[in-house]
Formats: sequence, structure tokens, C-alpha cells
Amino acid sequence: MQIYKAPLRDMRFVLHEMLDSEQLSRLPGFEEATPETIDAILEEGAKFCEDKLLPLNRVGDEEGCTYENGVVRTPTGFKQAYDDFVGAGWQSISSDPKYGGQGLPALMNFVIEEMVCSTNIAFGVYPLLSRGAAALIERHGSETIKDTYLPHLTDGSWSGTMCLTESHCGTDLGLIRTKAAPTGGGAYSISGSKMFISAGEHDLVDNIIHLVLAKLPDAPEGVRGISLFLVPKFNVKGSGASAELGPRNGVSCGSIEKKMGIHGSATCVINFDEAEGYLIGEAHKGLRCMFTMMNGARLGVGMQGLAIGETAYQSATAYAKERRSGKSLAKGAKSAEAADPIIVHPDVRNMLLTVRAYNEGTRALAYWTALKLDISTHHPDAETRRDADELVQLMTPIIKAFLTDRGFEGANLAVQVHGGHGYIAEHGMEQLVRDARIAQLYEGTNGIQALDLVGRKLGLHTGRLLRLFFHPATAFVEAHQNDEALREIVMPLAKALGKLQQATLVIAQKGLGDPEEAAAVATDYLKMFGLVAVGYMWAMMAEKALAKAGDDANGDARYYANKVKTARFYMYKLLPESASLFLRIMTGKAAIAHFDEDDF
Amino acid sequence: MAINKVAVIGAGLMGGGIAAHVANAGVDVILLDIVPAGAKKRSELALNAVERMLKTEPAPFMEKRNAKRITCGNIEDDLALLAEADWIVEAVIEKLDVKQTIYRQIDSVRKASSIVSSNTSTIPCADLMNGMDESFQRDFLITHFFNPPRYMRLLEIVRGEKTRSEAVATVSEFADHKLGKGVVDCKDTPGFIANRIGTFWIQAAVVEAFKSGVTVEQADAAIGRAIGIPKTGIFGLMDLVGIDLMPLVSKSLYDAVPENDAYRTLYGEPELMLKMIAEGAIGRKGNGGFYRLNKDSGKPVKEVIDLTTGIYSAALRQTPDSVRAAGSSPRALFEHGDAASAFAWQVMSSTLVYAADLIPEIADTVISIDDAMKLGYAWKNGPFELIDKIGAEWFAERLAAEGRAVPELVRLAAENGGFYRVDQGRLQYLAADGAYVKVERPPGVLLLSDVKRAGKPILRNGSASLWNIGDGVACLEFHSKMNAIDPEILGMIGKSIETVSKDFKALVLHNEGSNYSVGVNLGLALFAINLAAWPMMEDMVKQGQDAFKALKFAPFPVIGAPSGMALGGGCESLLHCDAVQAHAETYIGLVEVGVGLIPGWGGCKEMLVRGLTDKRGGILGGGAMPTISRLFQTIGLAKVSRSAAQAFEYGYLRDGDNITFNRDRLLADAKARALVLAVDYHAPEPKEIKLPGKSARVALMMAVRGLAKTRKATPHDLTVVDQLGLVLTGGKTDTTDAVSEDDLSALERQALTTLARNPLTLARMEHMLETGKPLRN
Repeated sequence: MQIYKAPLRDMRFVLHEMLDSEQLSRLPGFEEATPETIDAILEEGAKFCEDKLLPLNRVGDEEGCTYENGVVRTPTGFKQAYDDFVGAGWQSISSDPKYGGQGLPALMNFVIEEMVCSTNIAFGVYPLLSRGAAALIERHGSETIKDTYLPHLTDGSWSGTMCLTESHCGTDLGLIRTKAAPTGGGAYSISGSKMFISAGEHDLVDNIIHLVLAKLPDAPEGVRGISLFLVPKFNVKGSGASAELGPRNGVSCGSIEKKMGIHGSATCVINFDEAEGYLIGEAHKGLRCMFTMMNGARLGVGMQGLAIGETAYQSATAYAKERRSGKSLAKGAKSAEAADPIIVHPDVRNMLLTVRAYNEGTRALAYWTALKLDISTHHPDAETRRDADELVQLMTPIIKAFLTDRGFEGANLAVQVHGGHGYIAEHGMEQLVRDARIAQLYEGTNGIQALDLVGRKLGLHTGRLLRLFFHPATAFVEAHQNDEALREIVMPLAKALGKLQQATLVIAQKGLGDPEEAAAVATDYLKMFGLVAVGYMWAMMAEKALAKAGDDANGDARYYANKVKTARFYMYKLLPESASLFLRIMTGKAAIAHFDEDDF
Repeated sequence: MAINKVAVIGAGLMGGGIAAHVANAGVDVILLDIVPAGAKKRSELALNAVERMLKTEPAPFMEKRNAKRITCGNIEDDLALLAEADWIVEAVIEKLDVKQTIYRQIDSVRKASSIVSSNTSTIPCADLMNGMDESFQRDFLITHFFNPPRYMRLLEIVRGEKTRSEAVATVSEFADHKLGKGVVDCKDTPGFIANRIGTFWIQAAVVEAFKSGVTVEQADAAIGRAIGIPKTGIFGLMDLVGIDLMPLVSKSLYDAVPENDAYRTLYGEPELMLKMIAEGAIGRKGNGGFYRLNKDSGKPVKEVIDLTTGIYSAALRQTPDSVRAAGSSPRALFEHGDAASAFAWQVMSSTLVYAADLIPEIADTVISIDDAMKLGYAWKNGPFELIDKIGAEWFAERLAAEGRAVPELVRLAAENGGFYRVDQGRLQYLAADGAYVKVERPPGVLLLSDVKRAGKPILRNGSASLWNIGDGVACLEFHSKMNAIDPEILGMIGKSIETVSKDFKALVLHNEGSNYSVGVNLGLALFAINLAAWPMMEDMVKQGQDAFKALKFAPFPVIGAPSGMALGGGCESLLHCDAVQAHAETYIGLVEVGVGLIPGWGGCKEMLVRGLTDKRGGILGGGAMPTISRLFQTIGLAKVSRSAAQAFEYGYLRDGDNITFNRDRLLADAKARALVLAVDYHAPEPKEIKLPGKSARVALMMAVRGLAKTRKATPHDLTVVDQLGLVLTGGKTDTTDAVSEDDLSALERQALTTLARNPLTLARMEHMLETGKPLRN
């Protein structure tokens, strides 16, 4: 059975104890985001997700979305849950108050996102895309566009999409064929067909706002000639509160996809037939705008990975405590029962601890990054803002790829813990595997994330983005390597960090002469970076937990002790994988490049 | 006959520049001009010219004191001075009668067998000599310099019918050896070689731009990197030279060329250009030209003119698709087909065809034309080299496909595989009769590119190679990007020392890049620092110190042979050589403080040891402080010499180091020097010096703090030079202790470790990499 209780204690530990969430309320505009408010929101969010979304997870999977004559229906209960979701304000926690949002830190959104996706990732797709669309419009839209569309995207009465992919091209957007022709008065006529459009058509809202990449008649070749257009499902008359829905625009849903997982999320072919659209940002510079949405979405997708991992861990742990098979091999273990719960077996523990150590470590990494996102938008000092923004840029591909890979691995391990029972639908574990799989693919496959990391982020400003990770991490290691209690946790990190520095330098050097060298090791490198970054998080968490080890005021002593034990597990059982990745990276492309195309 | 004294008549831009450059060569010059009406001083034209040139940038003088070699005068009072001159250069206004009058005056006083030449660019030698005495004609030739004479390497020489060969040989040799010029012998035809083709090229671009509707920016982007043209492009070049000169130059060429010359069909004066000239929009010397800087809004905005409307608007700075796609391939540019591509093809194909049609009219070989365009117009490839790069066959086919005539020479090249080929390691060129002829280098010229064509390197990695340059001498070539010094170069130094120890007598450090080395690969260093990879960074410093130290103490002589910039680590590599044979245009400096660092590969160490010891290694008397203060200034202000000569002043070069004026002769000179030193060579002994320690460091900083108060130094300047002070004063020593070279290396490492962790230093490094300019923080 899928089991989920929001891990509130762990969330609070990361937010308050590790990240000092009070610094949020010291940022101008976030005065209300006190630790007390945060806790209250977490508890309400947990309740909503556990009570309303989790029960719909299986329904959504089994029923899926249905398509008939251009109309898409979401699974039973989705509409009600969506109305409740937006009604309770979950859609707009961190949206701009100017358009009806609650103006809370983005970090809060991340936490809620985690809970939503732990309980129902397919449902989570709808609000995620709307928020991404709103963020893009807020950053690049004209005042009129903002006034017209943002209030509705904020209150959830309308939803948003991003339309990039076409049947012949996904990653390589320079090849798109969708066309835009100016029709005067600032409007454009958009024609073409897009596919893989999540939430492209559905019955949850009154209007759907598509953000579409298309080419103007005089467009330069390739990615430098792509423009971005806003194309509503229904044309809109007037703006702001007085906006009214007009006639149906030339936008239609041609079909929806049958797919491996997230059945409750509608994946559509969307056809634009001389649809009316409006330019967002400058002509030919649409891809840059689209990246605002994509970067936000990439972080959100990363959270989906973590979210699934959490449900996988909780479900598998419950099963392992219950299911009896074999006897413990531990010295002195003599139970009267015919068989012990399988949790006594080292292999099962190893699996469970793997999932848990990744969950808690990547949670810290994700919240740490989200906090920087808030600092990047709200800190009064420009240089601090820039540094925070650049750290987020650096971590985005890592959060996206590393967390979704770990989430899939977690779901898989949960199946493994269940044995054959994991493979049948009844326990819901195979659904987790299927649902988790998509997160490694959309918003740029994890291979693309790795290329983004080595091809773009590494070299940017001669490694300035790296400074924002490596300098604090190195300083932490230098400050604590002689610390008696922390030493056993910091030393493995110090070693792995040193190897990561070396690998980074080698990739940068080799990559300058031969980009293929960098590309050939990109995926290994991203994983190595992820492992070390999470190691850094674990070391910081261990430091905090050790400091409070004797503090049992709230019955927390066990929690802190577990934190330190899990940190140790991470350092000695998981982080060492970075050493093998290091060797693979040093080998470079040679073992791959030896093959001709015809050898395959 | 030797030229020991030169006279220049005419103190304008060219005459003055020629006089200054002769002075640079260490030869006394007499500079005369007329006495202008209402003159306060009768020789004021010459005097003012010298005065003006002392302030001109780029500087005509290699050292200011060279100005003292010029004797200023006027032709009314000082004509008799010409009797002392071995070579008299006329550089007066381009009027035949004026020139001939001057010649008669010269002839009345000049000594027998002296040589007279004209710097004319438009008047044929035959016209100049028309009616002159036979004896004068025998001593007369045209020497056509390019502006500015110090920096442009081309000298076109045209001999008259009666000119004696010895006069040509004497001037050629002087120009080659002493002035460092690339001499190209020309026929007495209009515009000689470079301007004949260059003027056609510019005119073709103007005509085509107005006709095709391509924008100025597109045009300049098109005629750029792929073709091997400096990034100013053609319109940018006109702005630089002066648009007002264009109608004069093109008209004079129009009048002079044969009636059926292709140039005649191109000639024209676009209305917009005439209007621009009338309004003073004549380029950088006027109020802008095709480009201008609009400062109306406070912040200067680069604007560019619209060729159809004449209206300026902000530069778009967009690289056309074809240019981006082509990279450095001219054929890819021509094949692309967008507007910029079509423009580039029209302009370049007609220019290349024109050049091919001019053989043998203006030159007998493709080499003369290629050399002239490279040395006089800074083309990276001459016209025929460019055709080879495009592919002669492809070029001929495209011309034919467009129904255009294919010049005979191009047809021959297309059939045989190009204008140049390498046969048995030797470069050959295609002669007019279709045969390939060996390219001969004059005695005393040794080009690394020839060595490279002839064989394989002894050692090679991605950034450096070791070559055998004959007679037991090896040459270590850097070929990293901008010849920045990286771990691969350092590694190659170690390997080269092993090889040279076994198999050679001496080593020369030399390359044919436009700069010898711009110093450490700053990007790599910053990257390592950004990674907080401190041990790796310290290794890199140590690796550099060890490599240069090994060069210094190698059991064979090492000669540095730099040209262009030798900065930072590049300078440090030279400081560790036994001797340096520098090209005259070498710009040397320890510039590390500009990026918030100090010299750490032995730059401080070597400068100290040189400054404080005599040639035998004994410690000089008089205390260390004056030397330390001098070095503190030189390195603290990141002084870069503006010539090799000036590098002696700063101590980057020392007694025993030499200068070669002609770049083509640099390697041969360095090799000769290496062979001299290789006889009974003994590696130097490591030295010990005495340094004053902390109290002196404090004293140095007192002076700098004063600068900080007047805002001449920034707070971070203080931090950086304090570390420099630490090294230069010997750290924790005092005058009773001996400080070894290794102690100084350790201090350099210590100072660098401190500075590399300073965020302000990181900001400086990043700014330098991103903007190419130092950050004052």
C-alpha cells in the first residue's frame, strides 16, 4: 500500500535548524514568513495532501485521462480536488500579492510541491505548469498581459502550459516549424502543431494559457530565431478583474498520449490553426524567456523525484516491518516467531537506508537551493542576489537530474523490498516506478541536464558559479576536519570533494580542446557532483544534529541520533560511489569513441 | 657602402615617422622641411614634428631618447647638412614639380655616391626622373613606406631605369636589417603592389555595399575573420585612414591605370561619401565616419550609418549567420549564401581575380603580391594564399559557373592543386609558366614555419613542441591559445630539457605567434581558484617555478627569442634564459598586479637576483634598498616596455641581451647567439643575496599609503603590493641572513596563496578575462 505521512519533523529540521529559516523573515517582503507561520502552513499542507490527494493517486492511475472530440476529462475526483486545492490557496502561496498571491517565499512552494507529488504526482503537474507560466509572464510580459492573465493564473481559475516540442524535434528547438505571422495591432497568427504538452487540455479550469515557441517570417536560423507567444484557449476581452472570456481561439487538442505513468496528467497534441497570439519578450529572443519557465519547472521536477522517494521509503519500511520471512542472522537474536520481519535482514536495511539517506540528503539540497532562490529575488544587496542566483543556476541541472534519478531508484528499491508483491498493482509500488520514470525525461532529459552542467554552467564566467558551491564547501571541510566528533563524517567528504575538484578541472581543460570529451563524461560528472553536494548537506546536518545530540526536550534525542547515524551511512555506503565515477571521468571518451556508427 | 647617416626631407606624418624609425635603429637623422610663412622658428615644422611624435600613440619612437638622434632643420638654412647623409629620403607633397625642385637642391649638395629616394605612393619613378641628371638617376629609387613607418612592415622599392644596383642593394639591406622591413621589389606601375590591389579592394567593397544594400556592420563582419582581415573590416579601415583621402587616392589610381584596367569599371564617388566628407564625417580623426560614438546620453553608444539614408542608428552588433557558421573558413562563408556571404564573395572574388590578372604587370611572382598584402594591409593570407585556402579548383569552377573569366594563373593553379605546395619539405610557388619554384629565403633568415614544413617535431603536446633547427640547436615553440602558459607547456619544458641535454647543444624559446606569450593561462588559474582547489593551484605555481628553474640551471645555454607581447609568465620564462635575442617590437612586463597577483614563477626572484648581484654572482655594494624600491615600482605598477629597447630600462632585459629588428631574422640571430654561448658552457651557480626584511617592507608601504590617500592606489592595490613587498624584502629575514633563490620562490608561493584567496583578486582576474581590461578595485 502507498503510505505517506508528510515528514514534518525532517522538513522542520532542514528549514529551521539547518537553514535558519528566520533569515527568510529578515528579507524585505518576507516579513511574515516566520518559523511559526511556516510550521502552520506545513501542517495544513500535510493534511490536505494526505487526505485529499493520496486517495486519488490510484484512481488517477487506473482511470487516466480520457479524450473525446477534442475534450479531455481528468480522472474522477481530480476536479473536486483541484477546486479544493486552489480554494485553499495552495496554488498561490508564493505568487505576487499584486496579482492576488500570498507573497510567501518560493521555498514554501518547494515544500508543498514535495508533499503534493509524494501523494499524487499526476495531479501536481497541473499547478506546477500554471506557476511556471505565471512566473514567465511576470518576468517577461507587458503590463497589459500581466494584468490580464496573472490574476487568473494566480487564483487557479485558468491554467498554463509550455509548448516547445514538435513531432520532429524536442531538445533541438532550433528546428521547430510552428510559424507566427504578424496580423497588426501587436497580434500574431500562430500555426503549427505541438506535442507532449502536459496539461495542454483538461476540464479543471475555464481557460488554458499556452506559451508557444514559434518562428517569425524574418527569423534567423536556429535557436537565435525563436520567438515566444502567449496563446489562450479562449480569447480574452478586457483585462484584470474585468477580463471576460471571448470566443474559442484556433487552438485544439488533437489527441492525448497513452503512456507509462502519470496517467492522471493529460499529455496532449495541441494544434494551432491561425490562433491569435501575443509576443512575449523580444522577437527572436523567446528561448531566453522560455528558460525562465523551464528553470523553475526543472527545479519542480527535481522535487517530484524526491517526493516519490519519500513515499517509496515510507511504504517499503511499513512493509518490511510487517512482512515476515527468514530469521535474523544477528548475534544473540532469538525470536520465538517462525520468521522475523524482513527488516532484520542487512540487505533490506541497506535498501531502506539508501532510499532514506538520499531522501533526507536531497531534501536538504533542494531546500538549500530554494532558499538561495528567495535570496536571489529578495535580498537587498545586489551582489548577494547575484551570487544566490548563480548558485541556483549551477544547482538546477543537478537538482533536476540527480533527484529524479534517486527518486526512480528509490521507487525501484521499494519494489525490491516488496518482492513479488511490489510487481503487482495491488501495493502501488509499480505505479511509483512508472510515475517516477517521467521525471527523468521531461523538462530536458537527464542527459541534457548533464550537458547543461558541463557545457554551460561549468565554464560560465570562468567557473564563477562553481565558486559559490566549492568555496563554502571547502571552508566547511577546513573548519571541521579536526573536529573530534565530526571527523569521521567530514573526512570522506573532504576526499570526495577533492576528487570532484580534480575531475572538474580535468573536464574543463579537456573540454576546451574537445567538447566531446566533456560530453562523454557529463552524466558521470553530474552524478558525482550530486553525490558530493548531498555529502556536504549531510555533513552540515550532522554538525547541527551532533550539537543537539543530548537535547531531548521534545523527545528529539532519537531523531538527532538517527540523523548522525544516517549521515555516517551516507558517507560510508553511498558517497564512495563518487570514487568510481571519478575513475570513469578520468578515462574520458576513449572507450566510447572507439566505435564507429556501423559498429552498433 | 654603409648607411651611417640619413636625411629625411618633409616632416609630415610619413617623413617624421621615417625619421623617427631610422633613429630607433640607432642611426643619426637630419629632418628638414620648408620655412613656413610667418614662422616663429625657421625650423619649426621639423621641431614640431619631433615634439608631436613624442606624444603620439602608438609611439613612433621606441625610446624617447631616440628623438635626440634627429637633427631638425629647414631646407633654406640647412641644406648643406645633406652633404653628410648617405641616404636622403624625400617625403614631401605629392607634386611632381615640387619634388623635382627638391631633387635639384639635394643634388647640389649631396655627397658623391649618396643615395636619394622618394616616398611617393602615386608618382611613377620614370616621371620623377624625367629630365634629371643621369648621375642623379643612377643614385635614385622609390622607397614607399606604409603608415605608421615604425609598425607597418612593408617597404616597396621601385628602381628606375638607370638606378644602379648597388644603390638598391644598399637601401634594401639597411631597410631589412636596420629598420626591420619586409622589402618587396616592385615595378614602376601605378600604386605599385599593395595600394594597387588594396585600393581596388576597398573600392569594390564600397561599390558592392551601395549596390547590394548590405549594411555597414554586415559588410565589416563579412570581410573579417574567415578571410583573415583585421576585425576593423573595410568601412572601419576607411574610418581609421580617413574617408577624405578616399576620393584622392581612387582618382589618382583611376588616372594612372591602363585604360582597360578592371579598376576603371569600379571607379566612382558615392554621393553619401562626398556628403560625409563635406560634413566632416571623415572618420576617427573627424567627428565619426561610417561608425561614430554618440555621447549624447552620457554613456557612449556606438552608432553606424545607414548607407541608403545616411542616418545613424545604434550598432546592432549582430553577427550574420554566414559569418558565424563559417568560423575561419572562407569557402564556408562564400557557400552560405546570405547577404553577408554574397557581399564577401563579390568583393573578394573580384579582388582576387584582379590580383591574378596583374601578374606579370605589377609583379613577377605571387610571392611579391602575397607579401605586400600581408605586410602592408595586415591580411593574414596574401591573395594567392587565400585562393589556396578557398581551394583554387573550387574558386575557378565558381567563377566559370558565374560566366566570369578565369585568369590564366588561377586556371593553372586549379589544375595543379594550388599556388603553393610543399615538395620534400620545401615550400614552392607556382610561377607564371606553370612550373613550381622553390621559395628561397635570404641568408640570415630562418623561419620556424619552414622548419615545421620540413619535418616532424621531436616532441609535441597540445600546447608546445620541440623542433630541431639545425647545427645542434633545438627550438621550443609555444602554440597554446595566445601562447598562454599552461601545465602542458610547463611539462614540455621539462621534457625538452631532458632531450636537449642528450642530443643538442642549446635551446631557443621562440614562436611565430603574434605574441610570444601573454603569460599564465589566467582562465585556468581562475578556474582552479573558483574551485577552491588550493593544492592544485599551489602545484601549478610550484610546477612553473620548477620548470623555469630547470631552464636556468640546464647544462646547455637557453636563449629567449620573443616578439610581440611577453607578459607575466612569458616575461618570467625570458628572465630565466642565459640571454635574450628580442625582436625590436617586443613588449615585456610583469603585469600580475593588474589581476591582483604578483609574479610567482620566479619573476620577483630573478629581478632581485639580477638587481643585487654582479655578473660573477658577487653581491653588489651599496645596500639592497635602491634596487628593491625600483623593482617595487616596476612590478607594483605593472610596467610594460613599449619596445625591446625600453625593456632594458625596466630591467627585463640586461647587458648581453640583444635586439633584432627584422622578425624574419630573429630565430637565426638567436640560434647564432646560442651557438656562441654553447662553447664551453657552464650553467650558472645558484646565488644568495641579503635582503632587509620586515622593516623595509613597512617603509615601502608607507610610500604607497600616500598614493592611496590621493586615490592613486586602491585599497586592494595596497593588499597586493604588500605581498610584493613581502617577497622583495625577503620575508622574515634581516640583512645578516643570506636568502637563497629557493627561499625567494617559497616567498612567492606564500604571497600567491594569500592573494588567491582574496575575493578582490578573483574579481580582478574575472574582469580581465571578460573585458580584457584591468579592474581598479
